[in-house]
Amino acid sequence: MPAPKEFKWAGKLKGWKELAEISPGAIVPDVPTSPEYLTGDWRSERPIWNEGRCTHCLLCWLYCPEDAILLEITEKTVKMIGIDYDYCKGCGICVRACPPKVHALEMVPEEG
Amino acid sequence: MAKRKTTRVALTGNEAMALAMKQINPDVVAAYPITPATEIVQLFSKYVADGEVDTEFVPVESEHSAMSACVGAAAAGARVMTGTASQGLALMHEILYIASALRLPITMCVVNRALSAPINIHCDHSDTMGSRDAGWIQIYTENVQEAYASVIVAVKSAEKANLPALVTTDGFVLSHGMEAVEIFDDEDVREFLGERKPLYNLLDIDNPITIGPLDLQDYFFEHKRAQIEAVFESKKHIYDAHREFEEFFGVKLPVFVEPYRLDDAEYAIVVMGSSAGTGKDAVDVMRDERGIKVGLLRMRIFRPFPFEEIQKYLSKVKYLAVMDRADSLNTMGGPLATEIARALYHLSERPIIHNFVYGLGGRDVPLENFYEVIEKMQWIAAGNTPERMVDYVGVRE
Ligand code: SF4
Ligand code: SF4
Repeated sequence: MPAPKEFKWAGKLKGWKELAEISPGAIVPDVPTSPEYLTGDWRSERPIWNEGRCTHCLLCWLYCPEDAILLEITEKTVKMIGIDYDYCKGCGICVRACPPKVHALEMVPEEG
Repeated sequence: MAKRKTTRVALTGNEAMALAMKQINPDVVAAYPITPATEIVQLFSKYVADGEVDTEFVPVESEHSAMSACVGAAAAGARVMTGTASQGLALMHEILYIASALRLPITMCVVNRALSAPINIHCDHSDTMGSRDAGWIQIYTENVQEAYASVIVAVKSAEKANLPALVTTDGFVLSHGMEAVEIFDDEDVREFLGERKPLYNLLDIDNPITIGPLDLQDYFFEHKRAQIEAVFESKKHIYDAHREFEEFFGVKLPVFVEPYRLDDAEYAIVVMGSSAGTGKDAVDVMRDERGIKVGLLRMRIFRPFPFEEIQKYLSKVKYLAVMDRADSLNTMGGPLATEIARALYHLSERPIIHNFVYGLGGRDVPLENFYEVIEKMQWIAAGNTPERMVDYVGVRE
């Protein structure tokens, strides 16, 4: 995952005069901005991965809308190695995608 | 003043606008045909087919798509033009706002035609008046010569202001009326306009940007305010573009307004488009044969609204007749009168204003319409109060 760079739009909200310079026509100049946006804090439930049960079929990776399934890619193999909780928004799609007989993913409520 | 070579040719308004487009040689034209503007893009597509321009011509399935394609191409840095009328302009409506908010200087030739219903193909200004708050520069022309020149200067104005611009001719009166027109050489037009310098470029892959993002409570207002300021500033850019046009070609064009015999006028008429020609003749008759001190102000640019010029020329007249070729269906008449009243209201010296809606759906606009307007103003001057804020001229009771 790329280290979150300094986000130009963070902090004090900008006034229109500065926007007229840096963002004419309401463009967003410093893209991509999605790495700066941690969708993990939307979560009310989190998927838990059971490494022992996982067959590394990568269905969860294919379906995850946030690209939050972490992979280890070598020349010969691609393996599921965990979940990126900075971006996992807790939608549970991966849990549905994981084959029922394998059942390597499970949703649990977030605490606190 | 370096006077450039001109050639005199006979052209209709549509032919003149198509020829201006050919000389401008835009990068992209996306268009859909509609009466009475069809010929503009039809003739232009022939220039494309004959290899007389380098333009990418995008034939689309609707005006909504035409303006959408224009927005995409302009965001990619292209010089973009199109043409339409009436219902076609109405179908573009939502994309018109996007073009201006994205600060894309698209130039559009519009032939004014009444909006349905009832269905009609002839002139009034209801179509472009419906687009008046879309953030486009709006130029209304009086004759074919001016329409031709205005298309060229509109591209310059739009690109200086980074706002889209539309140039109109009155449907059939100008679009299909033939006049002797002095045209410039292709090379001169291209040299005058030079290359477009975009504010940003979608295709600059070294500096990627997002265009048209969601903008909510925290930033929408600031972005809109910046766009509004661009409209405030556009007035200066429009003046500059016209001055450069005049210096380059040696041809003078009125900019926002054109005063006619207003110097000592007690009565004044405001009118836009081709009817101004008839209005000037009517002023001559009323002044020279009837001794009425009447003048006329033709509004050429309606957006941005020339309130300073209105104040300069009209605050001293006593009775002001504003003629609208569209009705706002608001019980007060047309948009021109409402906005002129706003421009003058706070001045200590200002005329009594009455509104006249005329010429809807291509109803002929004879000299008598103007005599009737001034007779009504004289009736008001005699101390009478009109029943309503607006009268309708040239309609059967
Ligand atoms: S819960 Fe949703 S966002 Fe999180 S890893 Fe699963 S599919 Fe991706
Ligand atoms: S879908 Fe289930 S089995 Fe397949 S890789 Fe993901 S966690 Fe492992």
